[in-house]
Amino acid sequence: MKRWIAYWNIMLKDMRTYYLKPPNISWGLIFPVAWTGMFFVKSGRGLESILSLLPGVMAISILFGTTSMLSVTVTFEKKNRSFERLLLAPIPLELLMLAKTSGAILFGTINAFVPVFIGLFLADLSQVQWLTVIPAVVMIAIASTFLGLFIAVSVSEVFEAQTFSNFFRFPMIFLCGLFFPVVSLPVFLKPISFMLPLTYGVDILHGAVQGDNMLPLWVDFLLITLYCVVLFFISLRNIYRKWII
Amino acid sequence: MEKKTLTDPIGDGKPFISVERLTKTFGKVVAVDDIAFDVHQGELFGFLGPNGAGKTTTINMLIGLARPDSGTIHIAGSECTRNPKAAQQLIGVVPDESNLYPELSGFDNLCFCASLYGILKSERQHRASELIKTFGLEEAASRKFGTYSKGMKRKLTIAAGIIHRPPILFLDEPTTGIDVASARQIRQLIDDLHHAGTTIFLTTHYIEEAERLCERIAFIVNGKIIAIDSVHNLLQPIQDKKVMIISVSNSAKELHQKLAVKFPHLTFQALSDTQIRVESDQAISVGSLLRFIEDHGAEVTEARRIRPSLEEVFVRLTGIELNIMKKEKEKDKGRNSL
Repeated sequence: MKRWIAYWNIMLKDMRTYYLKPPNISWGLIFPVAWTGMFFVKSGRGLESILSLLPGVMAISILFGTTSMLSVTVTFEKKNRSFERLLLAPIPLELLMLAKTSGAILFGTINAFVPVFIGLFLADLSQVQWLTVIPAVVMIAIASTFLGLFIAVSVSEVFEAQTFSNFFRFPMIFLCGLFFPVVSLPVFLKPISFMLPLTYGVDILHGAVQGDNMLPLWVDFLLITLYCVVLFFISLRNIYRKWII
Repeated sequence: MEKKTLTDPIGDGKPFISVERLTKTFGKVVAVDDIAFDVHQGELFGFLGPNGAGKTTTINMLIGLARPDSGTIHIAGSECTRNPKAAQQLIGVVPDESNLYPELSGFDNLCFCASLYGILKSERQHRASELIKTFGLEEAASRKFGTYSKGMKRKLTIAAGIIHRPPILFLDEPTTGIDVASARQIRQLIDDLHHAGTTIFLTTHYIEEAERLCERIAFIVNGKIIAIDSVHNLLQPIQDKKVMIISVSNSAKELHQKLAVKFPHLTFQALSDTQIRVESDQAISVGSLLRFIEDHGAEVTEARRIRPSLEEVFVRLTGIELNIMKKEKEKDKGRNSL
């Protein structure tokens, strides 16, 4: 019980202090709208293109909402030593890091539904399989958040966290099938694409929204879950090795 | 290293904190070198040393923020060397820098810190209000921590360290870099906590602070404990000494050698270019000393007797001048706050 009080309050504190701030909320709204607009104009197919764009825009909203916020906030707290307070709390490190990441996961999940909300007014979304979309969104949010955590524990300065985040994020926009199908990528880029967790999350979304997934959904879910577990435990190991010296 | 300890002052026979052969290295630097000590329940234990002596590394190992290379740590009977989480419910930590959340108010910071120990909402709000009152921060309670003065930050950081009412409190340089009034108030609070039964492990470079507050003190230099005893016992060898500090306009280093020849029954030490320390087992005849100095072309700007203090013991044992130690520390604090 005591541990869960700590867990809940760490998550709540992060939501209040970092995620539910006007700049982040506006970023969460403007960013997906801008990307939707950009690809909508580029497609030249009018409102028909909304369904094909939706998975990519949802994924990019999650990716940018989670990785940047988490990597920056954790690095910031490490830098000003307030993170030490958390390390000194009588809760296991695993639970502590889950608490730290829960806020970002929630924020990323909410972010994903901003373009869905906009899409409701522009296209017919009745064919979307929401029972697949929701777990897919959560898994993408978890994977992106844990990627942010991995970045946060690999750097020591806030600006390094931002730079390192971009190093991962921008290639992922083009390599993970968000707007360009993985099958149409050049042969030498395909292996890289399959090494990135977002590829599998986006594939699930494509399947749930338009039914055009390239892998069986269970394979996608399995692989993205595997990535989440690996990223989380690598991050924990790095915290043990680098922060508790 | 042989464990140096006093008779248990509390009487239950078991140390609350027990450290055996603790060593920590960073690369080739030995930060903590085979130290051992016990702290008893309810005791206020001082850990003194210059910058880089190993104080913070020792605290970090005790609280679980650093892993020892070798040795053992027991806190309240739990083996904490490999499992630092075992005692974290029992300890409160006040780090050398105020590290609360700048975006949260003072009150919210305290409530959040209490929640980390699983305290329920109504109880943590009650405790936060109580501590805000105790520390005289009522007017600033709803202000963001980032807007607090240094003294207020220290007070709130101490409050955050004790909100879960830990039986053991680690205080790392609690009064460094703050104004005199706040420092005095914090010392009083430490004293009150001690009298309320909290076991306190205090690191400081203010030797007079340690002398006033602590029951036992360990001196650490270059990672090694060079002395550990009660304040009374540490003072014993110098209790009957007569000591003077003479400030001169210049050439103290040159002068002190001439003084040593002229007054062989006295011991002289050049503390700096302008300060000479005189020590004797008997009363010091000031007049003849001052005349001799002035006859040798130096102007005496001040001559004062100093009572035997822990500062003397520290200087004797370590050869480190306290004013140099303080300046170093203040410089570091200044650099950190930039």
